[in-house]
Amino acid sequence: MVLVAIGVVALAADLITGALAVLLFGVMIASVVGIIWVAIMGGIETRRALAPYGLLKPGILWLSLFFLAPLWAMMEMSLSSKKSRFDFSPSFSWEWGNYSRALTDFGPQFGRSFLYAGIATILTLLIGYPLAYVIAFRGGKYRSLLLGLIAVPFFTSYLIRTLAWQNLLSDSGPVISVLETMKLENLMEWLHIMDNGRLINTPAAVIGGLTYNFLPFMILPIYVSLEKIDTRLIDASMDLYTSATGAFRRVVLPMSLPGIFAGSLLVFIPAAGDFVNAKFLGSPQTTMIGSSIQDQFLVQLNYPLAAAMSFVLMAIITASVLVYAKFMGTEDLT
Amino acid sequence: MDVGDPVVKLENVRKQYGSFIAVHQADFAIGRGEFFAMLGPSGCGKTTTLKMIAGFEQPTAGQVFLEGEDVSHTPPHKRNVNTVFQQYALFPHMSVFDNVAFGPRSKKLPEAEVKSRVGEMLDVVRLGEFAQRRPAQLSGGQQQRVALARALVNYPSALLLDEPLAALDLKLREAMQIELKRIQREVGITFVFVTHDQGEALTMSDRIAVMSEGRVEQVGAPVDIYARPETLFVAGFIGSANLLPGTIVSSDGGGTRVLLLDGTEVIVAAGNSASSAALSQGNQVTVMLRPEQVVLGGEGAMKVFVTDTVFQGSSVRVVGRTSNDTEVSAIVPAGTSVKAPSAGETVSMHWHASAPYVLEGWPETAGSTSTNVDSIEAAL
Repeated sequence: MVLVAIGVVALAADLITGALAVLLFGVMIASVVGIIWVAIMGGIETRRALAPYGLLKPGILWLSLFFLAPLWAMMEMSLSSKKSRFDFSPSFSWEWGNYSRALTDFGPQFGRSFLYAGIATILTLLIGYPLAYVIAFRGGKYRSLLLGLIAVPFFTSYLIRTLAWQNLLSDSGPVISVLETMKLENLMEWLHIMDNGRLINTPAAVIGGLTYNFLPFMILPIYVSLEKIDTRLIDASMDLYTSATGAFRRVVLPMSLPGIFAGSLLVFIPAAGDFVNAKFLGSPQTTMIGSSIQDQFLVQLNYPLAAAMSFVLMAIITASVLVYAKFMGTEDLT
Repeated sequence: MDVGDPVVKLENVRKQYGSFIAVHQADFAIGRGEFFAMLGPSGCGKTTTLKMIAGFEQPTAGQVFLEGEDVSHTPPHKRNVNTVFQQYALFPHMSVFDNVAFGPRSKKLPEAEVKSRVGEMLDVVRLGEFAQRRPAQLSGGQQQRVALARALVNYPSALLLDEPLAALDLKLREAMQIELKRIQREVGITFVFVTHDQGEALTMSDRIAVMSEGRVEQVGAPVDIYARPETLFVAGFIGSANLLPGTIVSSDGGGTRVLLLDGTEVIVAAGNSASSAALSQGNQVTVMLRPEQVVLGGEGAMKVFVTDTVFQGSSVRVVGRTSNDTEVSAIVPAGTSVKAPSAGETVSMHWHASAPYVLEGWPETAGSTSTNVDSIEAAL
């Protein structure tokens, strides 16, 4: 199966062409047919041994075609160079300069992306954890309804919701007028949430948008991990001389760490690469790396640089997730 | 009931949920170092009573005293009692050691003392070498012992056990009964034990409180409860009994004559009656005969048509019907010269003069309590 997958990637990435490609394609078809033939002709034992591979087949083929192959193509692109500004089919040339340009020219964008995504992750955690806690332990018969309400925003497109926020936060929008009537502008300015009387186009608006859009992804995994906790464990810890806060700190919180871990990844990773919130709610001073990549791809048409930036983004995310996993010690949680 | 040095004392304790009364009036004391059982069918209020001692529930009226101090409204973490929960409620994210160390650490004891105490207690429950395992890696019996150690390590005034053996299978349950007794002797702490299993309560406890529908029916030593039940419920619930309804013909210093519904006259020795039973002529009473007190064969007062015999290893249980169709049962020792009758025979049934015991009122179902499927099922 793995060999077939490599073959698919090779074909899709145009690595192998001409007669060789036809041959490879033939071999692949033959091997797949061969496996099926062995499974049909072989006894129950053979079929049982082959079953896991059979079940993996659709997934492997799908991912090879739509994940591995594009990834390979991107990698190739990130090391290609353009002969001129108007050369739209760059050729592969081990052009490492793309990577150094990605890091030097877009340092602030990378920095902002991880800063904003980090703050948004912390905010979703602070808002989402108590919410998930109340639904899991106090929801009673309304649990499913409350969970449903959390998923309700998904009925509207992500883009439309963000555009709605653009209107809500605009200079003549309702949020500003409420803040003005309540005389809270000075406080908001002091907190760096408002900037020169404006809400829209500030970092706070971008972070707020990210927090809003990714909140459900934090709540749901935390809810799942809290919901599994037997409330008698809380009774047991109270019986063993802890106060309610002690019981939370020593029993509930540690047992919900897998949920916090999963939720943080589900928020942080897409938030770091997000470009919608920065585009609609931000300003040129709040551009995140996602918007820069999109800009390089679709506006500047500088594919090699955009590809290199994408790889840098992926590398940083992978590294930070690994550090986080090490820190949270998830393999220790059962 | 007088207890010299009560550790736990309940005074007119009542617990009400809305209009439902879970516990009517619990009024008893538990002495130091006692192995005390609260026994009754499910829904009798025994677990609610235990939770009021632990602090998870607060009494609607009355007081709970712990070491002489009124703790009726003290939260659980401020009471010096510990609970072994029904499904153990061990912390799955902690090792056995950390589970047992949970209480001492809450009390902020120095870590060196925590270590020595936990080690000592793990030795008492024979789990020293499992200290670093997770609860999920242990068998049911081992988890049970971790739960015990986790509670006992705090040297509580009383240890509360909520159906601690219910989750174990029969063989293990029997072994754990002996193990629990051993541990209790070793640590000398008062054990308060909730169970619906009367066999368990009889074999393990120093004293038993039998409860039914929120009421404490009787408190006493197992022998007394078995031989001298105060109420019909206790007579039927503890062990098996033949409950034979009748009316009093006469009563004097020499004994009481009771005419049973099938026409047999039974003479009950003086003093063989529940204290509540009024022994005046014409009163409706029930005569209790334990199956092992019944002798079959020979010339006897009562004719019984045998419907079934059940071989039980050391004995044979004989089930039969009296002339008015009341089911009775008798235990005949196996492997002796006395041969058990077989089904279809009619034998006569008699008993030692001191055996019959009289209680006030008539039972809901007359006859043998061990053959009534519905009442046994309700009790479980």
